[in-house]
Amino acid sequence: MGLSSSFFGQKFGISERDLDRYLGEALSRGADYADLYFEYLATSSISIDESIVKSATQGVSLGVGVRVISGERTGYAYSDDLSPAKILKAAATAACIADSPSKVDTVGLTSSLKHDLYPVLRAPIDQPLEERVLFVKRADAAARAKDARVIQVQASYADSLRHVLIATSDGKLSFDRQPMARLNVSILAREGEGTPQQGYSGGGGRVGLDFFTGSNSPEAYALEAVRQAIVQLSAVEAPAGESVVVLGPGWPGVLLHEAVGHGLEADFNRKGTSAFSGRIGQKVASELCTVIDDGTIDSRRGSLNVDDEANPTRQNILIENGILRGYLTDHLSARLTGSQSTGSGRRENYQHIPMPRMTNTFMLAGSSDPEEIIRSVPKGIYCANFGGGQVDITSGNFVFSASESYLIENGKLTRPVRGATLIGNGPEAMQYISMVGNDLKLDQGIGICGKEGQSVPVGVGIPTVRIDKMTVGGTAR
Amino acid sequence: MTETELRIIAANAVQQALFSGATDAECTLSDGSEFSVSVRLGEVEKIKEADSCGAGIRVLLGQKQGSSYTSDLSPEGIEQMVASAIDIARITETDPHAGLPDASELGQLEIDLGLYSPDTLSTAEKIDIAKRAEAAALAVDPRITNSDGASFDSHSGTRVFANSRGFLGSYRSSSCSLSAVPVAKSGDRMERDYWYSIGRDHSQLEAPELVGRLAAERVLRRLGARKVPTQQATIVLEPRVARSIVGHVFSAVTGDAIYRKSSFLLDKLNHLVAHPSVTLVDDPNIPGLFGSSPFDDEGVPGRRNLVIENGFLKTYLLHTYTARKLGLATTGNASRGLTGSPGTGHGNLYLEAGSMTPEEIIRAVGTGLYVTELIGQGVNTVTGDYSRGATGLWIENGELTFPVSEITIAGNLTQMLENILHIGNDLEFRGSTSAPTLAIGGMTISGAQ
Repeated sequence: MGLSSSFFGQKFGISERDLDRYLGEALSRGADYADLYFEYLATSSISIDESIVKSATQGVSLGVGVRVISGERTGYAYSDDLSPAKILKAAATAACIADSPSKVDTVGLTSSLKHDLYPVLRAPIDQPLEERVLFVKRADAAARAKDARVIQVQASYADSLRHVLIATSDGKLSFDRQPMARLNVSILAREGEGTPQQGYSGGGGRVGLDFFTGSNSPEAYALEAVRQAIVQLSAVEAPAGESVVVLGPGWPGVLLHEAVGHGLEADFNRKGTSAFSGRIGQKVASELCTVIDDGTIDSRRGSLNVDDEANPTRQNILIENGILRGYLTDHLSARLTGSQSTGSGRRENYQHIPMPRMTNTFMLAGSSDPEEIIRSVPKGIYCANFGGGQVDITSGNFVFSASESYLIENGKLTRPVRGATLIGNGPEAMQYISMVGNDLKLDQGIGICGKEGQSVPVGVGIPTVRIDKMTVGGTAR
Repeated sequence: MTETELRIIAANAVQQALFSGATDAECTLSDGSEFSVSVRLGEVEKIKEADSCGAGIRVLLGQKQGSSYTSDLSPEGIEQMVASAIDIARITETDPHAGLPDASELGQLEIDLGLYSPDTLSTAEKIDIAKRAEAAALAVDPRITNSDGASFDSHSGTRVFANSRGFLGSYRSSSCSLSAVPVAKSGDRMERDYWYSIGRDHSQLEAPELVGRLAAERVLRRLGARKVPTQQATIVLEPRVARSIVGHVFSAVTGDAIYRKSSFLLDKLNHLVAHPSVTLVDDPNIPGLFGSSPFDDEGVPGRRNLVIENGFLKTYLLHTYTARKLGLATTGNASRGLTGSPGTGHGNLYLEAGSMTPEEIIRAVGTGLYVTELIGQGVNTVTGDYSRGATGLWIENGELTFPVSEITIAGNLTQMLENILHIGNDLEFRGSTSAPTLAIGGMTISGAQ
């Protein structure tokens, strides 16, 4: 596809000559590199509460970000107005900041290679609103019909369609159309006058409306949310102290995101501020662990045809059989460390500078039967679902919060336990993984990752794993 | 754009919505500029500078409501936004409690809250301030071997709000902040920590040298941290951490949480919910502070609310919708971004200071954990269950001793509020939620064994 037939060519009449002129202005004070990121984002959301579709929102934002790099210095400016005068002003501002003795010229733009991972013909946002309203109404009805102990149901459906155009001074030109949809159900169940308990489920991805059927139907999410809340009604206090921990497959992969993923982002490693800095080639996990970040999986929430710096996303091996193999790099960290970008440069929107980020991060399946893993534990805790997590990448300490877990007693799951935070140290905790299941599962498409004030959609996945030692932050002795 | 131009755009958007069939409408506009510079190891790393604006509208068609937003404030952009809001309102359902505040509830404070002060620093001066803060941090001790940089950020903007009940208000605000993030090393373990200062303008900031030195002292005292055994203990939260407890109480007293029965403080109005020494105030009317504003995001004037008085829960924090749901009056706590329906916000929400110095509290506690950082989201404000990752210093014989990390602290907010043993005299306003040093008994520490 050429620029003239692209979204920005058609809707805003942007030509290659315009892009050349803007990049030229960005480089006018001397620099090593410049790029432009045009973004048009349309979003809509619908929510139901107390069985009433109480509110719905839709809207549009657009803008362009101009970045100029010289050495380790980055100048950035943006405009929410696509008139040439405003873009040139942003380019001049960014140029002035970079102000460098080095000089490069723009190279003629050539369309970059990219994947075709989400060929959604009709983006959800272009479908009739009436169809999308039904999702939240169906989820509400299904949750309420399932169990009389359900006292509250909130469901929300949100979708977006982002068009981007990226042009770089080293000649890359890329367009992408990025659909996204997500349905969430959150419920509250109460037994008599007891404490209410929450349940939550949801899913989505870079998909069309036809995704929300079968195991991804509003009813399926609603029933899963109800199941979780009902389980919590009989939960006992979580144990306190060190314990054997078994993680169930899927969303508990957030462990990898926190324990190793962030610590392997190249901006921290280039600066030597990560607990994983300078450890390429070293053993940082048990030999059973192979961890991958893969932005190329069809239709996934964390996938991208091309990253936000016009580099195609890739399948990147982070840890192979326990050995640290590589970091996730963006343009700047790759250039400063003399490597190639791993296609991991991402940004929240045109108002932000890209940084190395994860896409879909998961551990490859091992050979153990999941049942056998649970049977191997005389006393421990099994975590089936998690809330969020957080990491201090410098010390390597990370936490993640279990929202559905069970005691393991004599190789069997017994009582459900209440929510608790688990804490460990990244490079150490991964060494304690002693069994890896054959049941790799990716999450349902609900992940949001925050870093330095920027949120981006991500995915995680993991098979059932046994961790021999981890600290569980409950209250029971 | 000037404040007057923005006011005209907002008022016109409301008129257009009424003309297009809305029975009521409200429009929020914001226009602002941001600047940030970060330096690392003495060199400029990033500078960002930009202006941006946006508008949002909420329309009511009887008791049905929809909203829309745009980044395009041109007449065409506003027209499309209004049409889009009315379009999407059609698919929502009648909500008997939906609506704008009554005209009699609208208004704004007439006093000058001191929210704006012009930015008079040049880019070079801002770079210099950040460099001085980082250099001060690096100079404190040879164990500070690296830096995650220092940054100076500033922001100024105008906010406008108009509705179809006759409200039109606007105010300008500004803020700037300075932070430093040194990294220290001992053996093969590294730690980082930070310190920051914020003000309406740079004259209110702590000196760069002080910000750097405090950040350095904070990171140095983390070196050599170890786990402590799993046990029951008293914890002492320093102010930077204690304010998070105020945030959890806030989540539980919002009208939204109450009408959805999603709060551990449900049905507790006028009950004793905290130690009798606890008084929690929300006050948006204190000049210069970061939670202050002349009206809330529905055009209702802010007012001082005593949320907890001597341990008793005295009020929930409400906006028009949640007030109507609960049969009460709004407390002026509407808060919103540009789009959607209002949610609950707060002004300056703070726990009133006690009389003990932090040192006296540590001495009185004798043995326990002094907490300097909490991480993770393990707080459930429906059940009150609380479990978070913690970093700090061990208290022994009434003194701070060795550093502690990779442990969790756990309890339940209901008991934690009752078990507040001591409240410090060191209340400071570094944001819109604030608390002095707090000692809380009966917590479970999970660590080694």
